[in-house]
Amino acid sequence: MAIEILMPALSPTMEEGTLAKWLVKEGDMVQSGDVLAEIETDKATMEFEAVDEGIMGKLLIAEGTADVKVNTPIALLVEEGEAVPDSAPAAATETPATAPEPGRQSAPAKPIEPVKAEAPWPAGTKTKKQTVREALRDAMAEEMRRDEDVFLMGEEVGEYQGAYKISQGLLDDFGSKRVIDTPITEHGFAGIGVGAAFGGLKPIVEFMTFNFAMQAIDQIINSAAKTLYMSGGQMGCPIVFRGPNGAAARVGAQHSQDYAAWYTHIPGLKVVMPYSASDAKGLLKSAIRDPNPVIFLENEILYGRSFDVPRLDDYTVPFGKARIWREGTDVTLVSFGIGMSYALEAADKLAEDGISAEVIDLRTLRPMDTDTIIASVQKTNRCVTIEEGFPVGAIGNHISAVLMEQAFDYLDAPVINCTGKDVPMPYAANLEKLALVTTDDVIAAVKKVTYR
Amino acid sequence: MTNTVKLTFPQPPARPEDTPDFSAIDIPPAGSLDVPPLDVEASDSRDYANGLIRVLNDDGQAVGPWAEYIADLDADALLQGLRDMLKIRAVDKRLLNAQRQGKTSFYLQCTGEEAIGCGFQRQLAKGDMNFPTYRQQSLLIAADYPLRDLMGQIYSNACDPLEGRQLPIMHSSREYGFFSISGNLGTQYVQAVGWAMANALSGNGQIAAGWIGDGATASNDFHAALLSASVYGPPVVLNIVNNQWAISTYTGVATGGSRTYAARARGYGIPALRVDGNDYLAVAAVSKWAVARVRAGHGPVAIEWFTYRVAAHSTSDDPSAYRPKDEARAWPLGDPVERLKAHLIRRGAWSDARHVQAEAEILDEVTAVQKEVESFGTFVNPKPTSPSTIFKGVYAELPEHLRRQRQEMGF
Repeated sequence: MAIEILMPALSPTMEEGTLAKWLVKEGDMVQSGDVLAEIETDKATMEFEAVDEGIMGKLLIAEGTADVKVNTPIALLVEEGEAVPDSAPAAATETPATAPEPGRQSAPAKPIEPVKAEAPWPAGTKTKKQTVREALRDAMAEEMRRDEDVFLMGEEVGEYQGAYKISQGLLDDFGSKRVIDTPITEHGFAGIGVGAAFGGLKPIVEFMTFNFAMQAIDQIINSAAKTLYMSGGQMGCPIVFRGPNGAAARVGAQHSQDYAAWYTHIPGLKVVMPYSASDAKGLLKSAIRDPNPVIFLENEILYGRSFDVPRLDDYTVPFGKARIWREGTDVTLVSFGIGMSYALEAADKLAEDGISAEVIDLRTLRPMDTDTIIASVQKTNRCVTIEEGFPVGAIGNHISAVLMEQAFDYLDAPVINCTGKDVPMPYAANLEKLALVTTDDVIAAVKKVTYR
Repeated sequence: MTNTVKLTFPQPPARPEDTPDFSAIDIPPAGSLDVPPLDVEASDSRDYANGLIRVLNDDGQAVGPWAEYIADLDADALLQGLRDMLKIRAVDKRLLNAQRQGKTSFYLQCTGEEAIGCGFQRQLAKGDMNFPTYRQQSLLIAADYPLRDLMGQIYSNACDPLEGRQLPIMHSSREYGFFSISGNLGTQYVQAVGWAMANALSGNGQIAAGWIGDGATASNDFHAALLSASVYGPPVVLNIVNNQWAISTYTGVATGGSRTYAARARGYGIPALRVDGNDYLAVAAVSKWAVARVRAGHGPVAIEWFTYRVAAHSTSDDPSAYRPKDEARAWPLGDPVERLKAHLIRRGAWSDARHVQAEAEILDEVTAVQKEVESFGTFVNPKPTSPSTIFKGVYAELPEHLRRQRQEMGF
């Protein structure tokens, strides 16, 4: 019987890839271990080896095909003498994005149309679709062209173009003096960056992930954040620490943590956590120009997502200004970074139930635009916060406190913080899913604060 | 079966009840090492890393190739060095006294190590930056940092250039090439490497100097700094002050199986030299050589300054609990002030009488500034500066939420 060869997942987060090249043709004998094809992902090109042996019966996907989903059959292997089936089996059915709602018994609410807020750039501006990854790269390239003092350093940022390919092309454009591969010591190269910033340059320090930045925490907190103060204003530290933060997929307890609350605690730091590509670009450009140390928290899962980015020569986004993505009247959803995915999805689903949710993307956590949150809560009288981090000492806790102090009389329900579970990230797929905040958590919280 | 595996727990040569014993320290004669070329490779610096560069012999004469290397350093320059050392000694004396009287919370002397900072600083140029530890106040003195600023910070009053935001002794002056001291040991060592890389990238011709004590060489910053300096080759002098004691921890606890700290630095591929830190001429000569090497673009260099911490670690420490009371007197490399004084007298440029007179003049000068600064308030008689300074310098610009908090405080 013919064996289906499926599009492989070459990394835990790979969802699709390009079938760059077939290295076998129909009719070839294939041994286990033979290289069948070259598969390109957004991170790397990899060789794909045969597991079983047989005759290559049929190549189902032509070489050069892009966006081939993981687990799609790409070829059929047959035994000697076996006929090749006429048609390819049906492509793997796509799993629905979310499980269907369990049958609701109550009378159906009247659906409403979610109100999308206007884009935060001048009306009529032309836009292009761009991934967060490309937007980050463009932001760095534009700032490096604009200011000779800006340079990038970190593990694998040069020749390898970044562990997540954020620095794609930068080495070619700017050379090894401004795109510097470092030894594997977060503490060491963060210290070098801090020293160089004290010395007048404007380093961008890439951490392969913010989990590894724990090694460098002394340099970040005790030196970068505090020296301007301790030196009586003489020595400042204009530096950007950036890299992926939070959970990716199946990378366990030490590689999945969200550090938003940690850094936001520290006076002297500014903390940015963008969701969309346009904000990633505009905020990173502002971060590089900022005379203070900036923690720029990215997200591995968002890197590959596409958004509208304005076609403007010098698009910057100011710190301390939240963005309203949906306008609403019944509840305020406050989030940032990947939490926005759940907030927006929840808002759309809640609209089907007739609940109008306003969705606020904080974009920067320090400074935090609490005025926008308060103004929204004065209108909706209810608030749910959404973040991926742990529940104790969370960003949502701070927002709750601000609302208690400054909008207490406007609240018709307690503020609910949707967060990750209070456990180290487990590895097993089902456990990992349980540990993370979900759209359903957000919907349940909204139902609670709206008493439905 | 007998257990043949055992651990070692290094012990100092003498504890309080013992007679001081430095017999294990090998002191080669002055002038026995030559001057390497400026572009010497790490592999060719073995003798310098394991030996001890000395210029002044026991008779107070300057001898050997390193003496010739600084032949242009005339009697006036050496007298300047002597005055620098007398000045920091007077400052240390007066400020220790002030702490004992309750006028400041904390002080820390550099007694016995004065030659190192004083001799090194005079070889630097304007724009060069030291990343010091807390025992290099001698760098500030030799940079002619105003005594009023130095003492203002100790008393944390209106004369404090840092406006009450930093501990006493944690000085900071960009203009005088003295980077803000970090209380977390070691962090500044790798920052010196980064600063030097910035110098090289911007081509400003300036250099950096990192400083670390023998105890803090155990920190991972030391490793990261030496590795990074070896990898990128920036213009940095990496100084290791080996004063035998990290509070009560004997230096052997940080040396481990290494012969010297210089040898350890050399293992990273950086040329390294070990120097008699109580010999002002040796300090001046090796500093001059190191600064010239680094500024010429031949890459980093590491220097172990071999010395002895005569005073307590700080005003919070009583060393008689862990080492013999008279250990300092037994230190085989003597006292830096006495050695330079003897040399200058032998040269005919100085006398005992002039020395006594100079000591008195300098003490008077220091005491006068101290009295003036104390008139702005001390720990026992505080006259605090405006509370509004609490929000200054958190960020380069005053953010809205801090402006609001300042207003709420009434400023």
